Amino acid sequence: MLEEKKIVHNNHLLTDEILNNCIHCGLCLPTCPTYALTSLEQSSPRGRIRLIRAALDGDQPISKEFIYEMNFCLDCQACETACPAGIKYGSLVETARDLIHQSKKNSLTERILKKFFLTWTFARHERLKFMARLLRWYQTAGPQAVLEKSGLLKLISKKLNTIQLLAPRISKVFTSEVLDEIILPQSEVTHTVVFLTGCIMDVAFAEINEDTIRLLLHHGCKVVIPKGQRCCGSLQAHNGDSEGAREHARYTIELFAQFNPDYIVMNSAGCGAFLKQYGELFDDDPVMRSKAQFISQRTVDVTEFLIRTGFIQSQKKYSTRYAGKRITYHDACHLIHSQKISEQPRELIRSVPGIEYVELPEASWCCGSAGIYNITHIDQSMHFLKRKIENIRKINPDIILMGNPGCMLQMQFGLRNAGLQIELLHTVTFLRRICEA
Amino acid sequence: MMITAKTINKIRSIVGSENFFDSPEQKLAYSYDATPLLSQFPSAIIRPRTTQELSEVMILANHEHFALVPRGSGTGLSGGSIPTENSIVVLTNHWNRIIELDEKNLTVRVEPGVLTAQLQSTVESIGLFYPPDPGSAAISTLGGNVAENAGGLRGLKYGVTKNYVQGMEVVLPDGSIVSLGGKSVKDVAGYNLKDFLIGSEGTLGIFTNILLKLIPKPETSSTMLAFFDRISDAGETVAEIISSHISPSTLEFLDRTTINCVEQYAHLNLPVNTEALLLIEVDGHHVVVKEDTEKISVLCRKHRANNFSIARSEQEAVKLRSARKIAFSALARVKPTTILEDATVPRSEVVPMLERIQSIAQKNGLLFGNFGHAGDGNLHPTCLTDARNTQEIRSAEQAFGEIFSEAVKLGGTISGEHGIGLAKRQFLEKLAPLPAIEMMRRIKESIDPHSVLNPGKIFSLSPRCEGPMPKNASQIKKYIDAGAFT
Ligand SMILES: Cc1cc2nc3c(=O)[nH]c(=O)nc-3n(C[C@H](O)[C@H](O)[C@H](O)COP(=O)(O)OP(=O)(O)OC[C@H]3O[C@@H](n4cnc5c(N)ncnc54)[C@H](O)[C@@H]3O)c2cc1C
Ligand code: SF4
Ligand code: SF4
Repeated sequence: MLEEKKIVHNNHLLTDEILNNCIHCGLCLPTCPTYALTSLEQSSPRGRIRLIRAALDGDQPISKEFIYEMNFCLDCQACETACPAGIKYGSLVETARDLIHQSKKNSLTERILKKFFLTWTFARHERLKFMARLLRWYQTAGPQAVLEKSGLLKLISKKLNTIQLLAPRISKVFTSEVLDEIILPQSEVTHTVVFLTGCIMDVAFAEINEDTIRLLLHHGCKVVIPKGQRCCGSLQAHNGDSEGAREHARYTIELFAQFNPDYIVMNSAGCGAFLKQYGELFDDDPVMRSKAQFISQRTVDVTEFLIRTGFIQSQKKYSTRYAGKRITYHDACHLIHSQKISEQPRELIRSVPGIEYVELPEASWCCGSAGIYNITHIDQSMHFLKRKIENIRKINPDIILMGNPGCMLQMQFGLRNAGLQIELLHTVTFLRRICEA
Repeated sequence: MMITAKTINKIRSIVGSENFFDSPEQKLAYSYDATPLLSQFPSAIIRPRTTQELSEVMILANHEHFALVPRGSGTGLSGGSIPTENSIVVLTNHWNRIIELDEKNLTVRVEPGVLTAQLQSTVESIGLFYPPDPGSAAISTLGGNVAENAGGLRGLKYGVTKNYVQGMEVVLPDGSIVSLGGKSVKDVAGYNLKDFLIGSEGTLGIFTNILLKLIPKPETSSTMLAFFDRISDAGETVAEIISSHISPSTLEFLDRTTINCVEQYAHLNLPVNTEALLLIEVDGHHVVVKEDTEKISVLCRKHRANNFSIARSEQEAVKLRSARKIAFSALARVKPTTILEDATVPRSEVVPMLERIQSIAQKNGLLFGNFGHAGDGNLHPTCLTDARNTQEIRSAEQAFGEIFSEAVKLGGTISGEHGIGLAKRQFLEKLAPLPAIEMMRRIKESIDPHSVLNPGKIFSLSPRCEGPMPKNASQIKKYIDAGAFT
């Protein structure tokens, strides 16, 4: 057989080194949620890496089982944190999904869902807003309440019912529609920051965006909110559409670069993780690469930004609103594993006088939200959520904080289902309320 | 001989279809463990639900001639759980319950798939202690630990896995289920069969539950870190600590290459131009800990430690331990392939051994980092290489051959804790005394006459030919390429 066996892949994040550096030591296994669920090697990071390597070498077809394992992966990147050899697992699984995407062998439902959510809805922010308005009408004008009460949805399909409950409560106003492009603080300007509104944040959590902006102003920032923001490209990349991802990235880079910011601040972990990778996305295009690197180097999560710019030290007055409350923190995968941000939010929370901070057991385990995983893999997702809720129950906090909209939607659903009366807040909301004494 | 479809069906009906796996993807996922350079596809993988089912499969194997390969988490470094030809992998990691924690007798009965770290944290939460802690504890199974007689960082004071196994239930190669040992601390009723199965690398029986001994958790501990300009100074420090009858729980060592790699990777502010690092920990009653810490600090200074620190808090202790903790990770990042071995010598020979390793590495033009358990002479010479560079891999094999034979010359052994498996079989056959190997072979043959359990591990079975006879030219070529007739 003389045919060329190597499969050509066009993922720009992958190098041969990444693949060959896995020493199959197995140290990533105990951190992997899917392995914990099945205890089978093929659903472990080490097993998947072996499968991907075989696929790229042409020894493994893009089979049904291959596709299943790649899509079963949450892309939570807990394995990356655990890996002693520094394997960039995220890039690998994205390459695998790219291969699947190219082979067009994904199941029809999966393809339709992905096409709808990723290619259509998130491609233009106007479309997302349109969908959101539809959803808002559904949630406020009554149909949801009627359907939920009547139990009709449950009757039709348990899964459909869960999915509609998982949908975000749509905000009354969208950040991108009401705010000026540039807002100045009352005090002297210390930093100029571009604020990324984020697709989901903008339509579903506009109040958190407002909290973030207020907190940044309080901290002396000149806040720039560029008009015409679109999805940063992360959703496309995580689901194997590398070309789509590059297109969105290019747009975002050009848009943000105009403002020459000191920092680009965000409150969605997934967006932050992806913007920090922009530099690697354009390996084959030197001009674009240097522009991309400019953006990547300035990208910070809001908690990272606050710690780096001395927020705690400059803080003089605190509200006593949460005095005596038992507070815990959940790590979003895209913060702790992709961006290695775990200490910063904890430091900020613990610096608040009068609260009781408790560590959440398995705080760094994925809650099962994982992009649109909770729609494409609802049963598995619910299993991971249950594990998370059990851990929360163990410490029984008053408030749980986190830094990512996807996690918030998922956990809100989990807490509500479990009948737990625990307040769920974005870290930024908590800080804003505490600081605006 | 290929396993026939009929046989496969019988196996499937014993364990149930949902516990039988034989897709190409699954076979690929079970074709390796943590051993570099080795892999082989199994014919299938099974996950027996009960001991009884396992025993039935074992009986079938004797009748229908196929092999079974037990597997824990697949972190073995000698290829113990890598499938042999025409074999079925037997999973044990799903058997992961802690069955009984007996605080009166200080024992715990576990299923073999319980993870080492899981047991440690469970018993520590009630003030008890399970000391063996291999570097893989977060994921290695206790079944795998017993099968390899795994060691770890606390070996010097607390011993290794075998010192904590009090009993077990095991399925023997003929399918019989036996219970060995028990909760009574003393037991001399006949041959000491349980000790005989410890370290048998899955060749004499499959453990289905294990009774482990626990000890009270030490009251307190103290952690120290020292750097030396000469390896011999570090060696003398170790020798004198031991001859002054101090028993540190940890006495670990890193060489210059390893220190530099750690520093490059983690930026811990280690002094980079030093030849050796010692991590020393003592534990026990607080008065003794204090006394030992003082003695050790005097000894380190006496032997010209250029940098010495004592942790004043648990946080600081974690910091001091981090260099040793990430040694392996740091080395693993330098090159794509990391070959970690465990040549072990008597304590007194550690320094000469290190010198010989260094000169062997140089002679073969290879990059080696050395670290390990200085206290018990268990070294980890680690070759940093690239599997795609066949030339270099051949040199590495050559170098390890020389290292093992030096270890044996110094009165040591070719493996202190990882076992022989497939990876070191050829060295065992060359370096161990012939009558000893013959005895092992005879034991294996009498317990497992049909070679159904993990055949070809530790030593090849006579006749020295595995799998089907090569018949045509292309099959024979494979063996010639592998150097069969040279
Ligand atoms: C990063 C790293 C660090 C390590 N550090 C150490 C160390 O410090 N000290 C040390 O000693 N080892 C160490 N090891 C080696 C390895 O982790 C140990 O040998 C461990 O005991 C293997 O456990 P496992 O569950 O992965 O077993 P596996 O690798 O799956 O199997 C090992 C052997 O045990 C047999 N086996 C497994 N389960 C059973 C059972 N229930 N009944 C009978 N036989 C069984 C298998 O057939 C095989 O021969 C390390 C490995 C890695 C990758
Ligand atoms: S921890 Fe890293 S090197 Fe080890 S098996 Fe997992 S991915 Fe491979
Ligand atoms: S990304 Fe998460 S789910 Fe996927 S292999 Fe890694 S740890 Fe497992």
